[in-house]
Amino acid sequence: MNRREFGGLGLAALWAGSAWAGDWALVLAQAKGQEVFFHAWGGDPKINAFISWVGEEAAARYGVTLTHVKLAATSDAVARVQAEQAAGKDSGGAVDLIWINGENFAAMKRAGMLYGPFAQSLPNWALVDTLGKPATVTDFTEPTQGLESPWAMAQLVFEHDSAKLADPPKSIPALADWAKANPGRFTYPQPPDYLGLTFLKQVLYALLPDPLILQRPAADADPALEALWQFLDALHPNLWRQAMAFPANEAALGQLLADDEVGITFAFNPGRASAEIASGTLPDTVRTFVLDGGTIGNASFVAIPFNANAAAGAQVVANLLLDPAVQARAQDASILGFQTVLNMDALTPADRALFQDAPRGPATLSPAELGPTLLEPHASWMTQISAQWALRYGVAP
Amino acid sequence: MKLAPLILRAFLVLPVGLGLLITLGQGVTSLSVLLDWPGLARACLLSLGPGLGATLISLTLVGLILGAEPRSLGLLERLLAPLLALPHASAALGLAFLIAPSGWIARAISPWATGWLSPPDIMTLNDPWGLALTLGLVLKETPFLLLMALAAMTPALRHRQRVAATLGYGRGMGFALVVWPSLYPALRLPVLAVLAYGMTAVDMALILGPSLPYSLSAQIGLWRSAASLTHQDQAAAAALVQAGLVLAALILWRGAEAAGLALRHRMTLKGIRAPWAERIFTLLATASVVGLMVLPLLGLLGLGLWSVAGLWRFPEALPNQITLQAWTQAGPALLRASATSVTLALGVTAVAVALTLWALQAEALPPSPRRDGLIFLPLIAPQIVVLPGIATALLHLPVPPFVAVALGHLVYVLPYVVLGLSGPFRGWNRQLGAVGASLGAKPWRVLLRLRLPMLAGPLAATAAVGFAVSIGQYLPTLLLGGGRIVTLTTEAVALSSGGNRRIVGAYGLVQAFWPALAFVLATQIQRARSLSFGPHPR
Repeated sequence: MNRREFGGLGLAALWAGSAWAGDWALVLAQAKGQEVFFHAWGGDPKINAFISWVGEEAAARYGVTLTHVKLAATSDAVARVQAEQAAGKDSGGAVDLIWINGENFAAMKRAGMLYGPFAQSLPNWALVDTLGKPATVTDFTEPTQGLESPWAMAQLVFEHDSAKLADPPKSIPALADWAKANPGRFTYPQPPDYLGLTFLKQVLYALLPDPLILQRPAADADPALEALWQFLDALHPNLWRQAMAFPANEAALGQLLADDEVGITFAFNPGRASAEIASGTLPDTVRTFVLDGGTIGNASFVAIPFNANAAAGAQVVANLLLDPAVQARAQDASILGFQTVLNMDALTPADRALFQDAPRGPATLSPAELGPTLLEPHASWMTQISAQWALRYGVAP
Repeated sequence: MKLAPLILRAFLVLPVGLGLLITLGQGVTSLSVLLDWPGLARACLLSLGPGLGATLISLTLVGLILGAEPRSLGLLERLLAPLLALPHASAALGLAFLIAPSGWIARAISPWATGWLSPPDIMTLNDPWGLALTLGLVLKETPFLLLMALAAMTPALRHRQRVAATLGYGRGMGFALVVWPSLYPALRLPVLAVLAYGMTAVDMALILGPSLPYSLSAQIGLWRSAASLTHQDQAAAAALVQAGLVLAALILWRGAEAAGLALRHRMTLKGIRAPWAERIFTLLATASVVGLMVLPLLGLLGLGLWSVAGLWRFPEALPNQITLQAWTQAGPALLRASATSVTLALGVTAVAVALTLWALQAEALPPSPRRDGLIFLPLIAPQIVVLPGIATALLHLPVPPFVAVALGHLVYVLPYVVLGLSGPFRGWNRQLGAVGASLGAKPWRVLLRLRLPMLAGPLAATAAVGFAVSIGQYLPTLLLGGGRIVTLTTEAVALSSGGNRRIVGAYGLVQAFWPALAFVLATQIQRARSLSFGPHPR
């Protein structure tokens, strides 16, 4: 893999002498004995358990110690790197690897806070389905340029208990009608939570006459957002707690479904419901569905800060995350239910079988049923929605 | 020997002062960014309301309980230490499980009494007025104030109540008019610490408080961890506003003290005895004693039950499956976090006790630490204002994160250790030391072989308090450790945002377990000691 293809010339000159230069054996040698501080959202025990399993693999296979720093929000880690950058700390940084995408990636890329490009030099990069899953190289319309490495595909799916609600609404307008007929039984995580903002972008997709404008940057106070605020003004009185409180995030929203406080929830992981059923926290009558016309999908990535203390170890972990066995485990409904980023055709028959054997779970839709994936809007839309939501709804109940 | 008090004071004053200065310096330059935020006024009210409300209610409860002395007080006194040791985050999580519309209380009375088949859409948690937060603060702060008050309650004060009784005053009224005014000065600094804490708590506010907007302190925490530089500026400016707000509230409180004194004066002059109120006092006192014990314990029980619950649908009062899945899943992480928490707490407590004994032996501490503002400085200066400044300074210093966190904990553990050791250390019968010296023992030998062994009981109790305080620290661990030091408390708060009750329950329970264990051990040591030395003088 020739890294010059990736527009990293300037950076490459800057980073000459660093470890990502493509000699994987050297990277492995440097990585051995390193401790990698992986800053990743820590709110979901299933994900935490998975990361801890990856850590055991990293230790056994490469002698790399993986320490999961559990964040309440990814921006915690970004802020940390930012503070170190501002303080002139160019090496020995606290963060070695971040679970990241979208706005946070764009911000770090812009500010030169990322190490690399390194993704294309990973041995397992050849297995990534960059053509079939373009979101693995374009993050919220931002080209990744090898500065982050994908590890999971996500798509917005809605969840409901089929024993209580047989026929859920399958479009945004129908959902609004349902909320009106069932007051207090729907809500969304409070922005700037990631899932909450994704839901609002999905709403925007449904409201705009020409959703293609979402692929270019949003203007300041973009008039296209007016439709969204009008929609929310009408929706909020019908929400859980009359929109005087919101759940914090995906897990808190999921808990509301488990407690039967709401009737319809959503998640960014198509396998979440099945995994929760498997662990006995949701009844086995819960099912998932998508909206007519498709739902937003994207990829999760890992990136390495420019001043990472264990950049080699971090690359080894990024590569391990792309390992077919690791990817298949992530896709197992009883483990995580994450969709893989790999290209099935690029795998050996034995590796491919790992995926076919992994059980999908009772609530997970097949790839065909999941339907078309809507592209993530440009990151500026997320920023705009987040900022204006906070001003409109976040400062008084 | 004069070095000891200097070092002790340096630990109390320097980090706090430095942190305050840096944070406030950062804040001044970016105040205009904050003033543009339309949520500011409400966030300030959400700091003042629960802070002042919880302090006033806690103090009133302490007065009620001490005045009426309900029968259940004895039991509460015995439970006081474990209640104090219960980390704020655990207490908040337990309370949230109880009072949520889908929580235990609603389940217990549904559907037979309420007809609810689904949880009602009512606002018992994260309410926009901060009521749930106020309740949580009251549950945690009243035991602290009660302990301080019990320590200051001398037999002479009790005697006054009886004198008032001969003048026709009931217990409650007599206490309020005659005992309280003399007791309160010893409580003033603890009360101000409670006020400052209530206004600026972050972990409790995140779990129980509102989010539209958050209380100012919680918002500062969130802004500080946000990615954009604007938010960093906002956080710094908000810390400045928060500091001003606390200062204003402290001044307001001192004003209210004067008003209370005047009111008491008027009531005494008018000879108001209000015998009808006595029954109400007793009733309220009994109710609050029961509430103070039952709510946290039920909360803990709820945490424990959720940690082993399988599917547990509303309105079932008990889970229909029991599973150890959460424990096996979180087990290794729980052990690692426990190891970090306990190592930190043991080390910090040992240093704090050693420093305090050194200073006490040098006879260089004020005679009444409960009235010494310096010792209370770390408790009164809000953590959310002080710590960001220290964290900024640490970025430029080559201090390993574990050491930074340990030093941070030390600052917040020291006041409790000084408070706990000063009385017993001074109350020791010095004639025993004179006897030892006359037999040829050097002062250090008298200390190690005579004084400390005889003070083993209070030493153990104080060490347990210090240990518990360290275990419960959230912001110092998070901000000074840069996220690298993972303790039970940082994990519990991080997970509480995730909403998985089973794991949160397991963490909350383990977080409460270690301090409880420390107190059990301390009690054992106290008991063994009291057998060998007899009851020692207070």
